[in-house]
Amino acid sequence: MSTRYDRLLDQITRVRGVRGAMLIASEDGIVVAESVMEGIRASAVAALMGSLARRIRRAADSLGSGAPEFIHLQTAGGALCAVPAPESMLLVAIADSAVNVGLLRLALRKAAEVIA
Amino acid sequence: MAEDIRTLSAELARDPASLVFVSLGEMLRARGQLDAARKVVVAGLARHPSLVEAHDLHARILSDAGDLAGAERAWHIVLEHDGRHLGARKGLGFVRYRLGDLDGALDHLEVALSIDPADAAVVQGLNTVRAAADDVTGPAPVPGAFASRPAMAGVSSLALPGVTPAATPSGSGRSTGAVFAGFEASDQGMLLVDARGRVLGGGLRSRDGQDVSDTVAAHLAGVAQEAERTARILDLGAWSWAVAEMAEGTMYLTQPATGATLLLVRDRSVPAGRLAVLADKAAGVALQWLKAQAL
Repeated sequence: MSTRYDRLLDQITRVRGVRGAMLIASEDGIVVAESVMEGIRASAVAALMGSLARRIRRAADSLGSGAPEFIHLQTAGGALCAVPAPESMLLVAIADSAVNVGLLRLALRKAAEVIA
Repeated sequence: MAEDIRTLSAELARDPASLVFVSLGEMLRARGQLDAARKVVVAGLARHPSLVEAHDLHARILSDAGDLAGAERAWHIVLEHDGRHLGARKGLGFVRYRLGDLDGALDHLEVALSIDPADAAVVQGLNTVRAAADDVTGPAPVPGAFASRPAMAGVSSLALPGVTPAATPSGSGRSTGAVFAGFEASDQGMLLVDARGRVLGGGLRSRDGQDVSDTVAAHLAGVAQEAERTARILDLGAWSWAVAEMAEGTMYLTQPATGATLLLVRDRSVPAGRLAVLADKAAGVALQWLKAQAL
């Protein structure tokens, strides 16, 4: 199972500027599979992105706009992107600030479709 | 009430399997007879272990008695049966707050808000926890309207489960469009919010036309706090903006000033790049407005 996920995560990390990708359980922010560069704390990314995604989802619920399909947090030093995956999971990528977000978005969505 | 207690006690004595133990426990709790209330509820739960409201009552009794760990265990039993039990979410928010776990408290209270956006106790609880979180993370307040926020509320000011607090001010009657006058749909898809989730300007309507400004504002403070925490803990520098694409719209979130969050919502026909340009303009206007409030 993890080999299958590993292959999918590798496709995301091939996007230039991506420093890591992971599959997490969105409700509790636990890492299911990961492929990250040394120095990246996968468990911290998972916990924080899981929590951020839950909060955005609640705001979206209030708006009645449907569940988030793509989340992008831009910071001074990089970007965090996430798309939902089946079975209440999230595909998350951490990238540097020069990443082509359009390409990353496509890679994340394609990987999520393969998981489905 | 004493007569009611005698009547219910007699009924329970006649039929120990009766569900009146819940009402009896509530009355004993209301009178402050916590030990008696706990005994009644524990005995009742031995016969009705899956009665959610009895577990909730048990938790409230334990919380009143200062047994937070026991109350937390009891509320978790409630959530095992009903993950969206409002009382349990409020109670767990209170317990987590008392134990100093502000993130945990926010998590439970935000779920509670999503269950009942009109619950004043939840809104008050969120305000209290966010004020405490502000003191921990230390963001400088925005000048003007909310620079003179009250000192951090004491523990007792966090709404206790089952206790109705004074109503919090609602957004009705506010001048929502003032900040973004001149922007298209400024009262339907733009919202400026302070660090505690209070609306400063703009407005939001759901797809069915309901004014959801206050509810979304309350959630938004949590989103901004979480974005800030995520960026800080991961050493990514300050967060600039966040975008969430939903099936029926796109949310764009940015911070025109420390402690203020700006949200733009547009339907999916508006390209992300254009939304970013619009948000930049709106953030500039919001910043000017915030500065003007400080004068």
